[in-house]
Amino acid sequence: MTRAGLVALLAHWRRHPVQLATLLIGLALATALWSGVQAINAEARASYDRAAATLGQDVPDRLVSSDTLDLEDFARIRRLGYLVSPLVEGWIEIADQQLEIRGLDPLTAPPSLGTASIAGDEAALDGLLSETGLLLVSPETARALEAAEELPPRQGVLRIARGQVVTDIATAQRLLGIDTLTALAVSPDQPFGLPEIAGATGLSLVEGESGGDLAALTESFHLNLTAFGLLSFAVGLFIVQSAIGLAFEQRRGTFRTLRALGMPLRLLMAILAGELALIALLAGAVGVALGYAIAAALLPGVAGTLRGLYGADVSGQLGFDPLWAASALAIALIGAGLAGAQALWRVAKMPLLAPAQPRAWAMASARTLRLQGGLAALLLATSGMLAAWGDGLIAAFACLAALLIGAALGLPACLIGALRAADPLARGPVSEWVLADARQQVPALSLALMALLLALAANVGVGTMVGSFRTTFDVWLDQRLASEVYVTARTPAEADELRAFVEPYADAVLPIWSVDVTLAGQPGEVFGVADHPTYRDNWPLLTAEPDVWDRIAAGEAALINEQLWRREEIALGDAIALAPGWSLPVAGVYSDYGNPAPQAMVGLEALGARFPDRPRLRFAVRIAPDEAPALVQAIRDEFDLPPGNVVNQADVKELSLRVFDQTFLVTGALNVLTLGVAGFAILTSLLTLSTLRLPQLAPVWALGLRPGTLGKLEVARTALLALLTWLLAIPVGLCLAWVLLARVNVEAFGWRLPMLYFPGEWLWLGLAALIAACLACLWPVIRLNRLPPSRLVSVFANDR
Amino acid sequence: MIARVLILPLLLAAPAYGQGFAGLGTEAGDFGRVTPDRSLEFPKDHLPHPAFRIEWWYLTANLEAADGTEYGVQWTLFRSAQRPLTSEGWEADQLWMGHAALTSADTHLVAERLARGGIGQAGVEDAPFEAFIDDWHLRSTAPEGADPLSEVMLAARGSDFSYALDLTASGPLVLQGEDGYSVKSPEGQASYYYSQPFYEVTGDISLPEGAVAVTGSAWLDREWSSQPLSETQSGWDWFSLNFDNGAKLMAFGLRDTEGGHYNSATWIAPDGTPTPYGDGSVTLTPLGEADVAGRDIPVRWRVELPDEGLNVTTEPLNAQAWMGTLFPYWEGPVTVSGSHSGRGYLEMTGYPERTEAGTQ
Repeated sequence: MTRAGLVALLAHWRRHPVQLATLLIGLALATALWSGVQAINAEARASYDRAAATLGQDVPDRLVSSDTLDLEDFARIRRLGYLVSPLVEGWIEIADQQLEIRGLDPLTAPPSLGTASIAGDEAALDGLLSETGLLLVSPETARALEAAEELPPRQGVLRIARGQVVTDIATAQRLLGIDTLTALAVSPDQPFGLPEIAGATGLSLVEGESGGDLAALTESFHLNLTAFGLLSFAVGLFIVQSAIGLAFEQRRGTFRTLRALGMPLRLLMAILAGELALIALLAGAVGVALGYAIAAALLPGVAGTLRGLYGADVSGQLGFDPLWAASALAIALIGAGLAGAQALWRVAKMPLLAPAQPRAWAMASARTLRLQGGLAALLLATSGMLAAWGDGLIAAFACLAALLIGAALGLPACLIGALRAADPLARGPVSEWVLADARQQVPALSLALMALLLALAANVGVGTMVGSFRTTFDVWLDQRLASEVYVTARTPAEADELRAFVEPYADAVLPIWSVDVTLAGQPGEVFGVADHPTYRDNWPLLTAEPDVWDRIAAGEAALINEQLWRREEIALGDAIALAPGWSLPVAGVYSDYGNPAPQAMVGLEALGARFPDRPRLRFAVRIAPDEAPALVQAIRDEFDLPPGNVVNQADVKELSLRVFDQTFLVTGALNVLTLGVAGFAILTSLLTLSTLRLPQLAPVWALGLRPGTLGKLEVARTALLALLTWLLAIPVGLCLAWVLLARVNVEAFGWRLPMLYFPGEWLWLGLAALIAACLACLWPVIRLNRLPPSRLVSVFANDR
Repeated sequence: MIARVLILPLLLAAPAYGQGFAGLGTEAGDFGRVTPDRSLEFPKDHLPHPAFRIEWWYLTANLEAADGTEYGVQWTLFRSAQRPLTSEGWEADQLWMGHAALTSADTHLVAERLARGGIGQAGVEDAPFEAFIDDWHLRSTAPEGADPLSEVMLAARGSDFSYALDLTASGPLVLQGEDGYSVKSPEGQASYYYSQPFYEVTGDISLPEGAVAVTGSAWLDREWSSQPLSETQSGWDWFSLNFDNGAKLMAFGLRDTEGGHYNSATWIAPDGTPTPYGDGSVTLTPLGEADVAGRDIPVRWRVELPDEGLNVTTEPLNAQAWMGTLFPYWEGPVTVSGSHSGRGYLEMTGYPERTEAGTQ
């Protein structure tokens, strides 16, 4: 019985290979998009972890001298009891490689500076301390330096950044030709009962910094990517559902016969479920391969982003994780289960002797339409309420989900309404028939059109968000990076020399000076700003009291960043505690994208009065923009500063925007893919319909319309439906963008981006939707054209 | 109590690893050899012997606060040479390591420091005598003409404790083994070894809760060698005990991976006269183990030396006196009872981590 039933049921697929292919392709595409996004996310996160694990990203607190530092200073301070470790830093060029040399003392250095990479490796430690020396480099650098005979032996270790050399201090001094130290790294845990280090040693303490400030931007990117992957999966499932539904509908007769022959319902269900699982596994396997290909194609973009963000070299190579493949297969199974559940349920409920008359598949009744419309209204209302009163990231995502599902469910009713409204515009019986026929088709095409709606709305929404972000970011960069050149000295003495060197060329030299403090219970920074038009004219203030800059310059008020403002719900005029015993009223709020930490700005003198001993190593230089590159070069040549310490504003801006664009390149590619999937869904539905529609077409043909004209009308009707869907997708997409910008970003990152509109992109998208829809109906139309008249005539013969 | 030791050889070339404890069983090679015919000279031998591979200045103290609370203090400076020659300067081949600990019945605080020689961060200097690493020091305060170690200041500091103690010797230096030649194995491995077990101590210890004035006794060990252990010796149990009647005992048992132990002891009369006892005279019997840092460590012992009528048991002040340093070991104060009563220090090295239950 089982065998016979199986053969009978599977025979369907042999007779309908296109349907089988549709099902497989749909499920494979859905799985591929979802698992591709997952693979990218996983690989990117792994890369972030690697980047974060790369040693030497965090700069420790350091003691610097306004004079020179040497080993005697080191020994002297150790003998005072403080845990410090000598550092020698510099650059050399060997074998066409720019090498950043970091010399340290492996016996006293904090492991995070580089020696953690050889933990437990006594031979390496012995090598470092030996007279010959040993250079610890990344494996890539080790290969690049293979021929460099003049260097001490190299050992390739992971966790050291490319281009960096970690070695013993004696070796570093020899390579750099110096006998001084750059600084003394200060251990965060100092021994018990010692006085404050800077005062006791007569040196200046420079606070360190931890790397990875831009991690928040990448988190936002992944969040959006994941949402996008989920959306693609949902769109793909529409295809699957329509294909499964059709296959079940067409096999009603077979089911009835099998049941009548005595096959138990349970066995029938089991066979159908098994069939579905088999198809899901097959499609899932294809999807895994496809997903891997998609991820591999998109990953270089992510790798580029990482390079820009971290300066860390991350390979664009995608690893293959069996766990990932298994989870992708599971997703395919779950998806097929979701899509097939309705069909299985109908089979289970089917009366044993129900007429095996093939109803037009998914031809929903008016009642179903009303039900869908009601549900849609409910979901949209929920979404609206969540947007208005919801709190938290989960609420924001629930709001998004309710919006999209509600919009999709409401689509058929909206389309029918729009078509009905267009009735008075009809001229002549043919156009009236086209409109009526289109209305008739909406329920059958609704799933495919919903997929199109979701794809278009996602395009509009994500496009609006990315565009708004890009424009805001661009303007913000211009404001924040108003000065032409930014310089960071290594020691106070060098800072003085640098300033003296730069002043003759510059229009202004503005100190940039910050102190690490605790703001509203979180680690943050207070910046001191000079009273200069550079800030007055450019600084991106979101809201401010009048005469804000005068009050800042007078040390009577502070500015805070948007994150702090939103998180703590601070009002203008409220006092903010900047240090123990020092509070200032908040006079303004500035936007500060990409920075997760709270920040405040006060007048330079006010900060100097509070923290008199902090060395001032950074400053910004105002100079004619075309002279900036020459000044940067001159400073580098004169002071031998590492590249990161002298930066040209134009370079920073370009790099930032390039990183930004690369980040969203992936989003763009996914947009195109989702649209493609939606187009494919339309094709599937139209193919299905093309056979079922013969009874509707035959009378029109019989009335004298030629197949060619019928074909054109088919195209026109599909285009009309696509166009209407596009029109509806725009407001849905804008709502989506609003939720992303005003809810998700605020909840996740603490800043709100202004929403900008890009109607030009909507037009392009409309064109793309039209093209996709036309391409999708091309094949059914060609089939219609080639239809032998006998088939059309036979419609009347079969008419009952 | 010598030896304790450790380490630094580990900072040596890799092949040394795995032989004996912490590389102490490594062949002496070009380093100086320990021979029985050399007699020790003071104060010269208080200073480093860079021709030998390893060396230490090792001080332990049993202390008591005015309210009777007991404390133990350890201060150790280890020297290890990568190569027998010394060249002054940054790249000197002498590595230094400091260990400090402060133990009470319920806490055991540890600090560790590393340094290379030749740059002034660590070393041992003459006139005035000072052994130091960072701000930790063992500095002579003895009057001119007296032995530099007869009066010293001792200080160390960790992240959660510090101490500063004044030590005055009430007896002579004591040569261990045969006039300072201390044999460590049947194959003849040996070290030069002497002690100053007669220190009386006053000073302050500082804990996060505050400073405490303490008094008590201390014991200094000096030892150097190039290969003190045989290659099959995996660890040792070392006792330095001060009895209430003024006599003292140094006893050690070296455990051999191929079975059998090598035991040795020195009985020190109250006037400082040593009586060395070779392998077989002293019996060290573990009485009870404690779970310490994932190891089963015998923290209670019976020590028997029938020739001196000694039969005592030792109880740790704090069974968790674990030195979780680069090369970890157990070291802590003990209380002695039985035929003699008193206090002292116990050191145990080379106890392996327990293998996980259920694994073979």
